Amino acid sequence: MVISMEVVLRNLTKRFPSRDRKNHEDVIAVNDFNFEIPDGKLIGLLGPSGCGKSTTLNLISGLQKPTSGRIFFGEDDVTELPPENRGIGLVFQNYALYPHLTVKQNILFPLENLKGKDKLTKAEMLDKAMEAAKLVQIDELMDRKPKELSGGQQQRVAIARALVKMPKVLLLDEPLSNLDARLRLQTREEIRRIQRETKITTIFVTHDQEEAMSISDMIVVMKEGIVQQIGKPQEVYDSPANLFVAKFLGTPPVNVFEGQVKGGRLLIGEEDVMEAGEVPDQEVYVGIRPEGFRLQEDGEFSCKLNRVEVMGRDISMVSENKASLNSTIRAIIGTENEINMDQYKENTSVRFHLLPHKVFLFHKETEERIYFGER
Amino acid sequence: MNKKKLFDSSLKGWLYLLPAMLFLIVFMVYPLIDVFIYSFEEGYNSASQTYFGVGGYNYSYVLHDPYFLQAVKNTFILVIITVPLSTGIALLISTGINSIKPLRDLFQTVYFLPYVTNTLAVGLVFMILFKKTAYSDGLINLLITWFGGSSVDFIDGPYWAKMFVLCFYTIWVVMPFKILILTSALSSVNQEYYNAAKVDGTSKFRTFMRITLPMISPMIFYLIITGFIGAFKAYSDVVALFGTDLNAAEMNTIVGYVYDMLYGDSGGYPSYASAAAIILFAIVLTITCINLLISKKNVHY
Repeated sequence: MVISMEVVLRNLTKRFPSRDRKNHEDVIAVNDFNFEIPDGKLIGLLGPSGCGKSTTLNLISGLQKPTSGRIFFGEDDVTELPPENRGIGLVFQNYALYPHLTVKQNILFPLENLKGKDKLTKAEMLDKAMEAAKLVQIDELMDRKPKELSGGQQQRVAIARALVKMPKVLLLDEPLSNLDARLRLQTREEIRRIQRETKITTIFVTHDQEEAMSISDMIVVMKEGIVQQIGKPQEVYDSPANLFVAKFLGTPPVNVFEGQVKGGRLLIGEEDVMEAGEVPDQEVYVGIRPEGFRLQEDGEFSCKLNRVEVMGRDISMVSENKASLNSTIRAIIGTENEINMDQYKENTSVRFHLLPHKVFLFHKETEERIYFGER
Repeated sequence: MNKKKLFDSSLKGWLYLLPAMLFLIVFMVYPLIDVFIYSFEEGYNSASQTYFGVGGYNYSYVLHDPYFLQAVKNTFILVIITVPLSTGIALLISTGINSIKPLRDLFQTVYFLPYVTNTLAVGLVFMILFKKTAYSDGLINLLITWFGGSSVDFIDGPYWAKMFVLCFYTIWVVMPFKILILTSALSSVNQEYYNAAKVDGTSKFRTFMRITLPMISPMIFYLIITGFIGAFKAYSDVVALFGTDLNAAEMNTIVGYVYDMLYGDSGGYPSYASAAAIILFAIVLTITCINLLISKKNVHY
């Protein structure tokens, strides 16, 4: 249906001059970003606020110019091209729908700008606008003004307007942040569907890891302008490259403990919990995913139970351990085997078995991952 | 809610409104009604508070008075020339101010300066610039002769020259306020709209016509309405330029005519003044209504 493009970022860097009079160091919003975004995929740029993800998007769109580095769309170097010549569609965080124009006029707007040989007749424009509107299912609302639409509908109009020129790359800036929780779920499925149907290379920015994980083909985790890890969502979740990525992905978040490796064994606090393979003796951070705990009476890891939260699908056991960096540890126990929860009283000791593939070791200083076991 | 409570709460509301209402009624509503009544009382004498009869003679007199017709003509020329021109030029200047970054504050201040200067003082300066005296032709005439034209007496000369000075002066005086309003309106347009337009490859001109103008249309409309009303009420500017004997100078305005009828050398006719004032009121009301009707289609809130 559309010719989409792979997007290649090479050593992309963006510095902003410091406004602080005492400290003249530049703010580095994006630092040496290298990535080849495969053709026709949905990519999530993920990170906490201020991590440079929106700046990256603006660099790709051309609204901002990089300090150094190149951007390629397919074979073409677009670094110096203004936004309108890049063939991109951009959906803004607040949608930026023109409030005085109807939905139809909003979608037509980009088409009316075409000049020269690209110029379309009125009928062709209407056809294209209708096609885009049908794709996002707002063809019923064409004569309304933006303020007469719900947030979700406005979002669709914004996407239709971005798609109507058949861009090679579609960019979405925090597309779901202005929607309520229910609409968010619905709209992210919608974005996924639209992307599948059009096969346009799509890059979206979000700070919500769940959002990114659920619909992206690949996610890019960023922190302070530096790419932390790139990969398929499940891969990144199962094998985080460092402590930041491990903490950032997953709800409930990973449990972090102070631990040490001694003679090939991993110790959390005083307890010897598992084999640590070839890892040399050192102090480490231990990250354990909530689903990495198994209730077992002779389990190697003990905690003081605070309370048990039953949430239908699964049970979450909130407990404490002296070595934990978080105030509480949250373990999620599946309900597939019937467990009599009454036997677990508050403020008693509870023992867990730890699943080795849900336990990650991180270097104490660099916070980089230390691989052990099967790897 | 029961009735007593509702009454109490609305009573409280009226009580809050009372001070403002009292002033409005005493100094606005009552005089307006009074003027309306005077305008139908023939031969009213303010000293003896007597009149001959009631009827439309005052209106017929005023409408047949060549001085009044001259004043109406002057006022309309002034309104039709200055309102669109001043708004248009102000829009150009504020777009300019808004699109430059360095020295923006300086320009904003410079363009606002005329607003804080006194009308009469500015009028005097204009008179000196344009007036022809026995000793000098004035700066403007100096420039005209410099470029090979022949000098014109702008203050005591031909009608068009005097009208030119008046319009020029009015535009110059109302400009700062309009620039102030429009610059703030322009800078309040969300940058995202411009970014969106840029990504879509919208030309500068089209962005201005299709996005900027509609976005600031409420402010433009406000300026046009107040501009019309202000120009219809022009008087002090004319006095500053041409002195108090405006009928002789053929430069009277409707408000000037009302004043002359009350206090001028040929004055002492409150009934005629009232009739003229009511006619002005009717004109302004009509124009404002037309403005409102037009704005329904073109102003986007």
